[in-house]
Amino acid sequence: MESLIGLLVGAPLLGAAVLLCGGRRLDRAGHWLGTALAASSFVIGLLLFADMLGEETEQRAMHQHLFSWIPVNGFQADVAFQLDQLSMTFVLLITGVGTLIHLYSIGYMEHDERRRRFFGYLNLFLAAMLLLVLADNFLLLYVGWEGVGLASYLLIGFWQHKPSAATAAKKAFLVNRVGDVGLSIAIMIMFTTFGTFAFGPVFEATGETSEGKLTAIGLMLLLAACGKSAQVPLQSWLGDAMEGPTPVSALIHAATMVTAGVYLITRSGAIFNAAPDAQTVVVVVGAVTLLFGAFVGCAKDDIKKALAGSTMSQIGYMMLAAGLGPIGYAFAIMHLVTHGFFKAGLFLGAGSVMHGMNDEVDMRRYGGLRKYMPVTFVTFGLGYLAIIGFPGLSGFFSKDQIIEAAFAKGGTQGWILGSVTLLGAAITAYYMTRVMALTFFGEKRWSETGKDAVHPHESPKSMTIPMIVLAFGSVFAGGLFKWNESFVHWLEPVTQFEHGHSPLSATAVTSMTVVALVIGVGTAWLQYGRRPVPAVAPRGSLLTRAVRRDFLQDDLNHVALVKPGEYLTRGLVYVDHKLVDGVVNGTAATVGGASGRLRRVQNGFVRSYAVSMFGGAAVLVAATLLMRAV
Amino acid sequence: MSTTQSLHSLWTSAAAEPDKIPSPHIEYAQLSPTLIVLGAALVGILIEAFVPRRARYNAQVVLAIAGLASAFAAVIALALDGYGTTKAKIAAMGAIAVDGPALFLQGTILLVGVVAVFTFAERRLDPKKHGNHVDSFTPQAAATPGGEAEREAARAGFTTTEVFPLALFAIAGMLIFPAANDLLTLFIALEVFSLPLYILCALARRNRLMSQEAAVKYFLLGAFSSAFLLFGIALLYGYAGAVDYSSIARVVSNSEANVDPALAGTMGNDALLLIGGAMILVGMLFKVGAVPFHMWTPDVYQGAPTPVTGLMASATKVAGFGALLRLLYVVLPGLRWDWEPVMWGAAIITMLGGAIVAITQTDIKRMLAYSSIAHAGFMLAGVIATSEDGVSSVLFYLAAYSFVTLGAFAVVTLVRDAGGEATHLSKWAGLGRRSPLVAAVFAVFLLAFAGIPLTSGFTGKFAVFKAAAESGAGALVVIGVISSAIAAFFYIRVIVLMFFQEPKVDGPSVAVPSPMTITAITVGVAVTVVLGVAPQYFLDLAGQAGVFVR
Repeated sequence: MESLIGLLVGAPLLGAAVLLCGGRRLDRAGHWLGTALAASSFVIGLLLFADMLGEETEQRAMHQHLFSWIPVNGFQADVAFQLDQLSMTFVLLITGVGTLIHLYSIGYMEHDERRRRFFGYLNLFLAAMLLLVLADNFLLLYVGWEGVGLASYLLIGFWQHKPSAATAAKKAFLVNRVGDVGLSIAIMIMFTTFGTFAFGPVFEATGETSEGKLTAIGLMLLLAACGKSAQVPLQSWLGDAMEGPTPVSALIHAATMVTAGVYLITRSGAIFNAAPDAQTVVVVVGAVTLLFGAFVGCAKDDIKKALAGSTMSQIGYMMLAAGLGPIGYAFAIMHLVTHGFFKAGLFLGAGSVMHGMNDEVDMRRYGGLRKYMPVTFVTFGLGYLAIIGFPGLSGFFSKDQIIEAAFAKGGTQGWILGSVTLLGAAITAYYMTRVMALTFFGEKRWSETGKDAVHPHESPKSMTIPMIVLAFGSVFAGGLFKWNESFVHWLEPVTQFEHGHSPLSATAVTSMTVVALVIGVGTAWLQYGRRPVPAVAPRGSLLTRAVRRDFLQDDLNHVALVKPGEYLTRGLVYVDHKLVDGVVNGTAATVGGASGRLRRVQNGFVRSYAVSMFGGAAVLVAATLLMRAV
Repeated sequence: MSTTQSLHSLWTSAAAEPDKIPSPHIEYAQLSPTLIVLGAALVGILIEAFVPRRARYNAQVVLAIAGLASAFAAVIALALDGYGTTKAKIAAMGAIAVDGPALFLQGTILLVGVVAVFTFAERRLDPKKHGNHVDSFTPQAAATPGGEAEREAARAGFTTTEVFPLALFAIAGMLIFPAANDLLTLFIALEVFSLPLYILCALARRNRLMSQEAAVKYFLLGAFSSAFLLFGIALLYGYAGAVDYSSIARVVSNSEANVDPALAGTMGNDALLLIGGAMILVGMLFKVGAVPFHMWTPDVYQGAPTPVTGLMASATKVAGFGALLRLLYVVLPGLRWDWEPVMWGAAIITMLGGAIVAITQTDIKRMLAYSSIAHAGFMLAGVIATSEDGVSSVLFYLAAYSFVTLGAFAVVTLVRDAGGEATHLSKWAGLGRRSPLVAAVFAVFLLAFAGIPLTSGFTGKFAVFKAAAESGAGALVVIGVISSAIAAFFYIRVIVLMFFQEPKVDGPSVAVPSPMTITAITVGVAVTVVLGVAPQYFLDLAGQAGVFVR
């Protein structure tokens, strides 16, 4: 069975290679090929999953050593895979949601001339992401990490003719580079400390390593996670990344890639467990991002950007849970999986709405769409109920566990974190209700006649079926995981699990969560559901305006980073022109001048050649004699 | 009994008792590569004399290629038989060595020779004249340039098929040169390969005056350098009382027991040794084109017919460096402290001089000529290493370099305008747009010259610099790297010219060659890439061949 692991990565990689190198011949069938390969990867994942379930709990992890990548004395880098319960969870999520989104894209990208290329990129993304979660060492993980970044760049900028998309792609890439530097530094510290970067030896050696080093590694890993998972302070790229086609937003910037940071933290649990300071920073980053994303989600009128804010916020939940240590890892991953379902569903729903509304994204120009797009309305609605944590649906179970674990952290920290998570839950309910109300309820703020005429309609089957499947996941996944604590037991061998000791009883936490939910939904309904919504956004308070601009994140980056960078560059360019070029050009001029002068010796007269030979011979003989004399 | 004594007794006994001449013992099998080529050359002359004009071209091409190929097969057979390593010996009564370096270099020269013959035989580059194919060579060498006799010859469809036997003679001389184990054989080999080259240089079909001028210059300066060499040989004979390498080496290391009474006055006089050694070096450095004995190179390379230039630039260098290595390693190792500083100087000015002057060249053939000078400097750095690694690195470099050079000159023959080959650099502007394949191939050769990784040039340079550095010549390596950087400028400049400039309206066109030239260029590219990407096998081969028999 182990030999199948390589195929998980190989199938989409083959797809990417064929689709990107195959040329126009594949235009007609390329998307089916891409989808089939993604699906085959999913099937292989299911086979391996079935096999894994058949094994004893402790023997479930599988390894496959493919080849030695860089065999140098003292530096052994292998291409080897490790498939344990954590990786398996990710494999199923990535390939499952990935396949659905491939399917959805067939309809969504139908009229795009470059559809084949789009599917090539999607396949490339799947391959890189699978490599990331299957690698058995940090260096190979880094390869996948970079591959994911590349695929994300290519897909955000897929409509490169739009300057905004090109800029957004560049921005995402640059911000991610900052995080990548963190990961590479972490790997370097690991190598100097442990002499290896394979998971097993590194995690075993944490016991004998100084806490300072582990904290340094942990913080660098966190920096990497912040970049990929759009956590404060590297969050600024996610909103702009919505310039990419909607399936991309669903697959990469909601369900899978952005969770890579959570995977990294959870995978490196052994390091973080031994470095409490780093853990605290993880929790703080998670908590701050949770609220940041939630506020941003409240202020956006662009449906995809509102959802992007929500993504940031939900990943904040996961980060926070991962920072809690063994009491939280399992719940972080559980929320990650349920979030994968309902967020992908929500994005696909948003795409479906846009598809029917001539690619309009401003929610203030929607309204009353539930009658025109019933399937979208129902599936989006189920995703909505799941994300706000409506009792009984997926999000309820997973989020509730995180809130409970946050309280269980204990002490003042526990109370603060618990309150933050509760507040987050209320705000989540608020902004998601706002999205729901603006889009599907109220009166229609668009017209079927005139210049901007739109004719809302339900999307084709290839788009609605994935939405329906995901809606099922949104509804039932959480309950399934919670039933008998099956998910926690599944992950326990990898992430360990400790029961937190919450100062509040589980019932109390649950009821508080429900109260927060009701407050959030109620406020939003009063504000947007019952009153008519202006088609143009009101100016709003100072705070509203700041939040609309993502708390001035871009302005801050501009002043704090871009400007000094520009000055530095200008300074360096000046030095380069005056000093470096001066030296270089001076040398070149000297050599050129010498060349010109020496060239004149070559005058074409054989007599002067003979003289030069004679002179040379005389010098040679004299020098030889002189050497003996000295 | 040393060779001299045996020769001496040969003469005296021959005078006294004519019927008692001992027949010299010749190992025909071990000398077969050279003998085959010489035989083929002689048959070539008979073909010129007796075969009808129409049939000569085909007969000569087939004969030349068959001769060189079977000689190469003989080299391989000898090497497989162990003559390169365990069974290495000195054959022909001490005149010729059969050992690793000799076989490696002979193999290289023969392969290069085959490829060169392919370019010699090319006759599709120019349109037919008077219904006859024309090649790179003049219809009648003896006719006055531009005269009536020349036109007559052209109209009659004459071709100079003598070039094939001439080339074979030259190659035979080059085969003996690096294997020569006594100074007289060395000198004769030198003349055997030089004289045909002088003639070949004069045979260009276009620019005949320039071609003849080049030949005369080459001849005069070659004669001049031969004089140095011969004088050096005389002095060394005076010093050692012998001309074969091992005897001289024994005298140099003071281990010679029998002293010829006739030479007692001069033997062991160090002044004779030093001056003689230096003069022989002059002759060698002239052949490999080292500064300051290089001045013939640009003029001759430019004037000679390009296929001949290719042969000269590659095979001559191989032969010259082979002989130089054997001299320094077998005859003069005891004198290492005397010749090393001088060779350092020569290597430095050769590397720098070649690279610097090449920068301002405007003619592609002259540029390649200076480039060959710079490469001679790099190889001298390997020669100076005086270690087994030094020998094998130079052997590898020679093999790598000769194929790049031959290929590059073959490409030069393709780029033509109304006046023949368009060798002025300005005409190469934008070639990459018009003929991307040819330009790309040429770019590969240029990158190899510049020593960019994944080409044979890099491997070769790395090998010689490594050998030089390990033997303590670090400063030489630094200067070598600096000259490589300077040299990279003018190689890359041609690439920029070909790919990043607009083509000229009246620019040259690329002729469609026959399979002959295509084969030559393909072999060049293949060797360049293979020696760059997977050099280990060939490095090992050169490594095994790094020991001279003494």
